[in-house]
Amino acid sequence: MQSENRRLLVLMLPAGVFFAAFFLLPMGRLFFIGGSGTLGWAAYAAIVTDRLYFGSLLSTLAVATATTLVTLVISGIAGVFLQRHRFPGNAVLVAMLTLPLAFPGVVIGFMVIMLAGRQGLIGTVTEAISGERLVFAYSMAGLFMGYVYFSIPRTILTVMAATEKLDPKLEEAARSLGASPWQVVRDVILPGLKPAFISSGAICFATAVGAFGTAFTLATRINVLPMVIYTEFTLSANIAMAAALSFVLGAITWVVLALARSAAGSTVAAAG
Amino acid sequence: MHQLMYQLTRQLTHKLMHKRRWLFMLQLAFTLLICAFLIVPVILSMLAGLTVNYLVGIESGLTLRWVVEVWDGYRETIFASIGLSLACLAITLVLGVPAAYALARRQNRFTRAIEELLVMPVAVPGLATALALIVTYGTAGGFRTSWSFILVGHVLFTLPFMVRAVLAVLMAIDLKTLEEGAASLGASFGQRFRDIVLPNCRSGILAGSLMVVTLSMGEFNMTWLLHTPFTKTLPVGLADAYASLRLEVGSAYTLIFFVMIMPLLLALQFFATPRSKKFSVKDVS
Repeated sequence: MQSENRRLLVLMLPAGVFFAAFFLLPMGRLFFIGGSGTLGWAAYAAIVTDRLYFGSLLSTLAVATATTLVTLVISGIAGVFLQRHRFPGNAVLVAMLTLPLAFPGVVIGFMVIMLAGRQGLIGTVTEAISGERLVFAYSMAGLFMGYVYFSIPRTILTVMAATEKLDPKLEEAARSLGASPWQVVRDVILPGLKPAFISSGAICFATAVGAFGTAFTLATRINVLPMVIYTEFTLSANIAMAAALSFVLGAITWVVLALARSAAGSTVAAAG
Repeated sequence: MHQLMYQLTRQLTHKLMHKRRWLFMLQLAFTLLICAFLIVPVILSMLAGLTVNYLVGIESGLTLRWVVEVWDGYRETIFASIGLSLACLAITLVLGVPAAYALARRQNRFTRAIEELLVMPVAVPGLATALALIVTYGTAGGFRTSWSFILVGHVLFTLPFMVRAVLAVLMAIDLKTLEEGAASLGASFGQRFRDIVLPNCRSGILAGSLMVVTLSMGEFNMTWLLHTPFTKTLPVGLADAYASLRLEVGSAYTLIFFVMIMPLLLALQFFATPRSKKFSVKDVS
């Protein structure tokens, strides 16, 4: 038994050493550097005391919340529909909806430009209809659209997997007792999908808070925290402030995922 | 009387069917709309990369000029990303598979905490991880300017996906009994690992590998801060092209990226779709 324990420890060791040297140690250092600037440890409070940083924190949280809600509604409807109804072409639709699963943020930004940019489809269509070109890619609205685009594929996969585990007999029972379609959704389907919604919603939120590539492609002037950190680091060379802000940002996403995990009782991890 | 009841029921079912049919069509239309939202820009950008002048439209003719331009200017970034993702795969296999095995054999609070820790680089924004690496190792000149600096970031980010994918498969089988059986027949640990553990987690290793390569190929959040002018990956080049070159060139570059990544994504779909009961990577993706 003891020799087996030692063997398992040895098997864990390479990953553990790598992780300690390149994640735990650097993160610890980042924490101390965050407190080493002109503001001292007050840099960690600057995210709420400084008007500029607090403003971008609020808009970051707002765009992440909007992304999460809209993505959950879209993926909830499409995911349940595709899992509950089998029809020719169903598999093709699923494939299309999950294709962008691993597109990087920069490419997502470019997809938004293709739709809502200066030469975008939406602009062309609106110009043909009303004579006025609608261009919103390079703003918060464009960023929001990009984050929804990014979040739909993984959320739909989670919703479909959770729907598969729901017993259709429950829905049939509710219907035979006279429940309307809306009542079935509200009282049977939604409660059953709650854990899936919590875990995938948390992932949407965390990725939208921490993502950088999409905002970077669309416009460096978009006022969200990752862009502020990037500007502090590169343009202002204010490494201490960038460190403090990114540590707080990391803490936010980590806490959101941890809360969701304890609420949903399953494992949650973000990506992107 | 019976006749009347029958008539009434029929009418009611008919009405219900009608309503259901209507609901079905509404949901189908909505789903199709979302599909269009995701797929139309992909098609548009592919077309733009092959069009002489996108502003004029497809009537201006099709050309490979932009693709050739990207190939001449950014070829290195493509090879760099392929090399980097394969190196990343090799390291995550060596670090991740033994770790997943150890985690599968011992399920207690301690190993669960380790699992949580390992996932942190995915939960924490890449920007923060990259900054942490820079403030810690940025002054180590040779390391900072080499490819291994980016590689370290990619391994941190992708390792959890490998560990989770392999762990999920190992947890689904009764590893302990299998191993005890083999051990009672005199198999050494090395033999057991090679002949029992590895074959059993083949599907997990495959799914994890696909995920690792795909993610490493597209990683930008960290890489943008970790790269130097001499170590540029494909997404870094893409960001360059989007910012400074005409739409057609950016599109052609994206087209090349799509061609490289589509087979991986399609293979991933094969494993990730909930329909395949055997194994699913939904938890890790």
